[in-house]
Amino acid sequence: MTSCRRFVVIGSFFASFFSIFSPAPAVAQENPYIVAYDHYLEEPGNLEIEYFSTFGTQRGGNDFHAFWAEFEYGATAWWTTEFYLDGQSTFNDSTVFTGFRMENRFRLLKHEHFINPVLYVEYEHTSGADKILKEIEGHDVESDYAEANAVLRKEHDQEMEFKLLLSGTHKGWNFTENTIATKNLSNVPWEFGYALGASRPLALKATAKRCSFCRQNFIVGAEMYGGLGDRYSFGLHDTSHYLAPVAAWNLPSDWTLRLSAGFGLNDQSHRFLLRWGLSREITGFGSMVSRLFGGRK
Amino acid sequence: MKAAVAALAVCASFLAVCILLAQSPNPEKPSASGAPPYNPAIYAELQKAPEKARNRANPLQDDPEAVAAGSILFEQHCAECHGNVAEGSRKGPSLLVPEVQTAPPGVIFWVLTNGVVRKKMPVWSKLPEPQRWQLVRYIKSLGGPAPAAEPPRPKP
Repeated sequence: MTSCRRFVVIGSFFASFFSIFSPAPAVAQENPYIVAYDHYLEEPGNLEIEYFSTFGTQRGGNDFHAFWAEFEYGATAWWTTEFYLDGQSTFNDSTVFTGFRMENRFRLLKHEHFINPVLYVEYEHTSGADKILKEIEGHDVESDYAEANAVLRKEHDQEMEFKLLLSGTHKGWNFTENTIATKNLSNVPWEFGYALGASRPLALKATAKRCSFCRQNFIVGAEMYGGLGDRYSFGLHDTSHYLAPVAAWNLPSDWTLRLSAGFGLNDQSHRFLLRWGLSREITGFGSMVSRLFGGRK
Repeated sequence: MKAAVAALAVCASFLAVCILLAQSPNPEKPSASGAPPYNPAIYAELQKAPEKARNRANPLQDDPEAVAAGSILFEQHCAECHGNVAEGSRKGPSLLVPEVQTAPPGVIFWVLTNGVVRKKMPVWSKLPEPQRWQLVRYIKSLGGPAPAAEPPRPKP
C-alpha cells in the first residue's frame, strides 16, 4: 500500500466516522486566517473538522499541492486540542503522506483584555517532504522544497513548537501577533518566526433574517508571516516572508470557506501560495461520544 | 509505514482524550427534564461585573430588529448549552431566572464578552459588539417564566 493510499484510507475512515455520527452542526463564526491564530478557542465539546490546501509555485523544481486535515476539539473553555494529518502532491513527481501534528492551545487569562495571551504547544512528526507551510520559521526558504519527494522523504523531523499568541478585538477588528519558537528534537538550534493578522467582518450587526450572502457572514483581512532565523543567526537574512489577503465565508449551513492568496516578499520566498480551506463545526461532539460509549445521557 | 502507524496511534489517543473529556464528571446533577436544578450560585458571575460595565446601556435598545436578529444568533451560538428558549440544559443554566432577567443589560453583555471560562462558558467577544447587544436584547425579551397560577380562592 503506498503512502498516498494510506493517507486516503486514514482520512476516509475519520471523515466517515465523523459524518455518520455527527449530531446537529452549529453556525461557525470563524476568522479567515490560515497561518495566524487569534485568541479564540473552540467552544467546549465542539469538534471542528477542517480541510486545507496550499498550491505553491516552485522555482528550480516542480509546483506542488500540499493538503492537510485538522480535527479541532474544545476540551474546555480555556483549552483546545487539535490533530493534523499532512500530505502533498508534487507535480511530475509523487503524492506522499508527510506526517502528523498534535497541537494544544491554552488561554492564560480568565477575562477578556485589550491583548489576550494564548499559549500554543505543538508536537510534530513530519518528513522533509512536508510542504503545507503552516508556519514559516528559522531559515525556511523556497530552495528547501526544490528536491524530489524521494529525497525529501528521507529526512524526518520531530519538533516541539511553541507560540505566544497575542490577540485582541476592537470595534470589530481583530489584530493578532504570533511569536514562534521551534526546537527540533535532534541537535538543531532553536528557530524563530512570526505571524501577524488583521481582520474584520463586512458588517457588525446581524440581520433579522437567515441568509447566506449577508455581509456579516464574510470576514476579510490580511496576514503576514515569515522566519526570523535561529538562535545563532537571528534576523531576516536567508529567511522567507509572505503577505496574504484572506477571506472567510461563514455559511448558515454550518460550513466555513476560507481563501488566501499569499505573495512572497523576497527572493527566498515562493512567489505565490494559493490556500483554501473548508471546515465544519459539530456542536455537542463530546456529548455524542459520551452517549456512544455509555456515558451520561 | 512507521509514520502511518504512529498517525493511527495518535488518532486513537486523540479520540480517547475526547471520550475521557466528554465523560468528565459534572457537579450539577441533571433533573429529569435535562436542566440542572436551580442553583443561585451558578449566577454568581453576574455579581462580578464591574460598575462601568453594569452602567452601560444597550445601544440597540430601540432597534426594532434587534430581538429577531438576537433570536437567530441565540439559536446559532447559545441554544446548544442554554436550551432552545434559554430554559437551560445539562450543559448550561437557564437564562429565564430572575437573576438574569433583572440584571442590567450591561451585566449580561459583560458576561457574554468575558465568558466564564472556568465553568465552560466560552468568551463570545468574537461576535462583534452589536451582535452581542442583539443577543442581550433577545435574552431580556424572554422575560422569564410566567408566574405560577394562584390556587382558586374559596368563595365566601
